Amino acid sequence: MLGLCILSICLMFVDHLSNYLDDVRASLSAVITPIIFLSDYPNKTVEVVQDVFVSRAELMGKVGTLEQKLLLLNAKTEKMAALTAENRRLRDLLGSAAKLQDNVLVAELVGLNPDPNRHEVIIDKGSRDDVFVGQPVLDANGLLGQVIEVSPIVSRVLLISDQTHGIPVQVVRSNLRLIAQGAGVSRQLELMHVQQTADIQVGDLLVSSGLGDRFPVGYPVGTVTQIEFEPGQPFAKALAAPTALLDRSRHVLLVFTEAKLNGSLQTSVKQALKDG
Amino acid sequence: MDEKSSGLWVIALSFIIAMLFSVVSLPEFVPWELGYLRPEWVVLVLVYWVVALPQRIGLVLAWVIGLLVDVLSGSLLGQHGLVFIIIVYITASLYQRLRMFAVWQQSLIVFGIVSLGQLVDFWIENIVGLARWDLWYLFPAIMSAFMWPWVFMVLRFLRRFFRVS
Repeated sequence: MLGLCILSICLMFVDHLSNYLDDVRASLSAVITPIIFLSDYPNKTVEVVQDVFVSRAELMGKVGTLEQKLLLLNAKTEKMAALTAENRRLRDLLGSAAKLQDNVLVAELVGLNPDPNRHEVIIDKGSRDDVFVGQPVLDANGLLGQVIEVSPIVSRVLLISDQTHGIPVQVVRSNLRLIAQGAGVSRQLELMHVQQTADIQVGDLLVSSGLGDRFPVGYPVGTVTQIEFEPGQPFAKALAAPTALLDRSRHVLLVFTEAKLNGSLQTSVKQALKDG
Repeated sequence: MDEKSSGLWVIALSFIIAMLFSVVSLPEFVPWELGYLRPEWVVLVLVYWVVALPQRIGLVLAWVIGLLVDVLSGSLLGQHGLVFIIIVYITASLYQRLRMFAVWQQSLIVFGIVSLGQLVDFWIENIVGLARWDLWYLFPAIMSAFMWPWVFMVLRFLRRFFRVS
């Protein structure tokens, strides 16, 4: 009894302070994976039942709206292509590195953390699909979170609304840099250390600033919902609502930035310069 | 010999189903606050088997199941292991008394055991800096006490039907 207690306390210490135990965790989670997949069945059944009872008219309407949306998005993409080319030309002129295109992989949600104090989801892509720890995760509307644990078939994603999660952001309107901390409450972020004189308003869009080398630049994170400037307090209290549908998205995107590739390229270029 | 092996699979299956119940995702129209009301299924099953067959369920088995639950719920490796060891230790030292109790009295004991487990859980998370204390932590204990009679009846039926010993 005492031995096992001490052993578990040691395990917790090691697990908290280092990542030596990640392999153990990954192999244990291979045993657990069937349970995770099974646990999503009630949700799936509800969806299937809803699908069965959808009327033809409803589906036709849905297809119609989707077609319209596609047309709109196509038009936007055409404009984007031109803008991207122009942007690259301008960056070339400025002599700065070109912004690289990001690759994405679509994953589906298979589970949630049952503890309401932890905002984590489990997705159906793992190390087999080259998912790595720290990988940014998006949905159609914005940044969702990052991968914190990878096993062969599934991986665990920490959402930006978790109270242990912080993300560097930037106000689009004023380029003000801030850190958005998860509030531990669904659909809420707290903005840390907002100066009393900061140029920030309700409704401002926050995008990822790319500082910290974890999240790519320029993905929407949230909109500011509330600011209270209190005289006498060093910082203002500011809240934001995430743009991503944190508790509603079934399909998410895993981002593969070419930053890693870029980094190795830079070192090889440096090497070449040194040699030649 | 057949009885022994058949007994084992019933115990294993009951633990797997308990783990499934403890992570099963609720449909999306259910508000997320209801997640706090989830009983500690694995603890209930553990307590039942320790009371019914104390010679079969030992500390090591409880610890291994705890590790699996840790991986399942993404908590620190060993966190549930520690909680389960404490629970099994207390239950095993009480099992003769627990067998004599009526089911509602057992429910009260289960409430105490699960709250203690929740408290240890909270201590660990507090040291790591994950948790905030609120009374929601006691809801799983209350729900576990409510669910105990049903879990008890189902598992007793299974044990007698498959002659687990």
